Amino acid sequence: MTGNRRAIHGWGRHASFPATIAAPSTVRAAQAMLEEQTGSCIPRGMGRAYGDSAMAAQVLSTRRLNLVTAFDSACGILRCGSGMTLDAVLQLVVPRGWFLPVVPGTRFVSVGGAIASDVHGKNHHRDGSFSEFVDSLDILLGNGEVVRASRSEHADLFHASCGGMGLTGLILAAQLRLRGVPGPDLMRKVRMHGSLDETLQGLTQGPDAAYSVAWLDTLAGGRAFGRSILEYAEHVQGSEGAAVRTGNLPVPGRVSPLQCWSMRCFNELHWWGERYRGAGRVHYQQFFFPLDRWANWNRLYGRSGMAQYQFVVPGTPEQGGVAEILARVRASAHPCFLAVLKMFGPGNANPLSFPRAGCTVALDFRIRDGLAALFAELDAMVIEQGGRVYLAKDLYLQPASFRSMYPDWEAFQQVRERYHARGRFVSLQSQRLALD
Amino acid sequence: MPGGDSFPCNHNGWHWIEHMRILIIGATSTMAEAVARIYAQRGADLCLLARDADRLEALAADLRIRGANAVRCASFDAALPDSCDTALANVLAGADGFDLALIAHGSLPVQSECDASVAQTRSELEVNLVSVLAMLVPLASHFEQRGRGTIAVIGSVAGDRGRQPNYLYGAAKSALATYLQGLRSRLHGSGVHVMTIKPGRVDTPMSAAVESGIPMISADEAARQIVRGIERGRDVIYLPAWWRYVMWMLCQVPEWLFKRFSF
Repeated sequence: MTGNRRAIHGWGRHASFPATIAAPSTVRAAQAMLEEQTGSCIPRGMGRAYGDSAMAAQVLSTRRLNLVTAFDSACGILRCGSGMTLDAVLQLVVPRGWFLPVVPGTRFVSVGGAIASDVHGKNHHRDGSFSEFVDSLDILLGNGEVVRASRSEHADLFHASCGGMGLTGLILAAQLRLRGVPGPDLMRKVRMHGSLDETLQGLTQGPDAAYSVAWLDTLAGGRAFGRSILEYAEHVQGSEGAAVRTGNLPVPGRVSPLQCWSMRCFNELHWWGERYRGAGRVHYQQFFFPLDRWANWNRLYGRSGMAQYQFVVPGTPEQGGVAEILARVRASAHPCFLAVLKMFGPGNANPLSFPRAGCTVALDFRIRDGLAALFAELDAMVIEQGGRVYLAKDLYLQPASFRSMYPDWEAFQQVRERYHARGRFVSLQSQRLALD
Repeated sequence: MPGGDSFPCNHNGWHWIEHMRILIIGATSTMAEAVARIYAQRGADLCLLARDADRLEALAADLRIRGANAVRCASFDAALPDSCDTALANVLAGADGFDLALIAHGSLPVQSECDASVAQTRSELEVNLVSVLAMLVPLASHFEQRGRGTIAVIGSVAGDRGRQPNYLYGAAKSALATYLQGLRSRLHGSGVHVMTIKPGRVDTPMSAAVESGIPMISADEAARQIVRGIERGRDVIYLPAWWRYVMWMLCQVPEWLFKRFSF
């Protein structure tokens, strides 16, 4: 395959991998590049998947498929290339009174990546995941054919591709339904809980807001372990909030500034800072994408990189499943520097979509010896409770665990077989999960 | 609006022109596309020239949606002298006069292939140097007649010092930079501004770039800096700006030492 040789890595920077990257700028070029190529490849967008989901020896980058094809500003329907970032979409549509109905924790993911990971947002309990607002997809199949998949035509391909980690084909373009908003600002409310028990109770008893999420302090000792800041927000009129300027942190490559003591100080400052700041009007970029302030925050974890463990377990949080897993993490030798908690609404029919009704927790760790073993232990606990882990964050999952977490994997493989994807679209992750 | 690039802003010495008329040559290069998006959001009239007709058409549709007042496009091939001349002549004949011309086309040759082939060397020089100069000659008189406007040309930091892996590319960009210095001086009296843009590490498909620790700026950020440079009437800008000092230091290394480096 023609393209640039370059070392690529996942967002967690766990390891880099030499790859040939082709970045087609038109559908015809993408077809030509796929045809020319021997062996398998994997689509890649902005490279924000934490693990090895978008890594392979040959990569088809969607970076240049970044154009808007059509925008109906009367009904809020947008057609765009899969390489367009959510940031670019928002910059285009927010001034005209529209917003993406679902946004993840970063605006620097591509539309194609958001669909392939079927990302969720702080409003999953109300609105579901990203794919609920996708009307149709143009997909380049393994045999070079381009098909339009939607809920009515090629529905099997549509559902498998939403959340399908790019393993069904290259998503070229998508049609999205937007949501009307009164302005770029949100009104934010905050509730604070001093211990894990209070947090888990507060999760289900909080106000009914469009957006809700909890930041969890997993480094505090004693009773304060699991204290949390619960954030709630609604879109409001006006545009007083300031947009966030992004910059790079001056991070020394070798030494990580993230240590237990420094993160304890940070958590303490964050906790008391929120106490004083409290409720108020914020720009959407501040509320949804706080980490985007620093474009290279993933480098904070130093040379060994980071891994995120995000799982969902069904049932209410008070039932003890979440507390049990957090207790295991607390007892381990691996400090968790950032933890985020949220309630999910019901899941959807896509075979590999992550969200399902229950409580989800995302935990960030620095990669060290023994982390894979801890994750395997957590996997067993999650499976026992009927939960699953998020493939967009995954780095260590094993085939057997994957199959118990995603029982529809066989249906997924059949769709891949039907649409010529097997052996054509393969990532390091899919090889690890025996989805070849 | 975020980033401040959706609304017109008046910097020193720059007066906002409604429906600014802009010519972009090599419009489907990543950086040129990003510049075009900024001006489209400001409601400019855009005229785009590039080789890839499919991409050009899609780009024009995108820019119209983003707010461009009008978008015209035509395709040309920088490797064919006739194609360059006719494309530019048609564009200049059909326009009332441009306020800004951005020349962004080019190719990144593989040095080893050029070392092995004279034909390859000639064709790379044609694309990266001769075609650009052939465009600059008519453009310079076009702008001189108007008595205002900006000609911005994308060069490269590779032109600041010849290095082993890309000295043909460097030589072309170096000659281009010298030509622009003279042109800038010639047009200075007539009120036309000539800007040389020297990208160092910008994240584009052309920057084959081995993954190194040196930070890159995104094409969008590069475009913001280009637009700001044009508004402020800068003569030479580096992308990112601090690359100017890197190149200055590199130019201070004595030749007897520099020839031993292979980077």
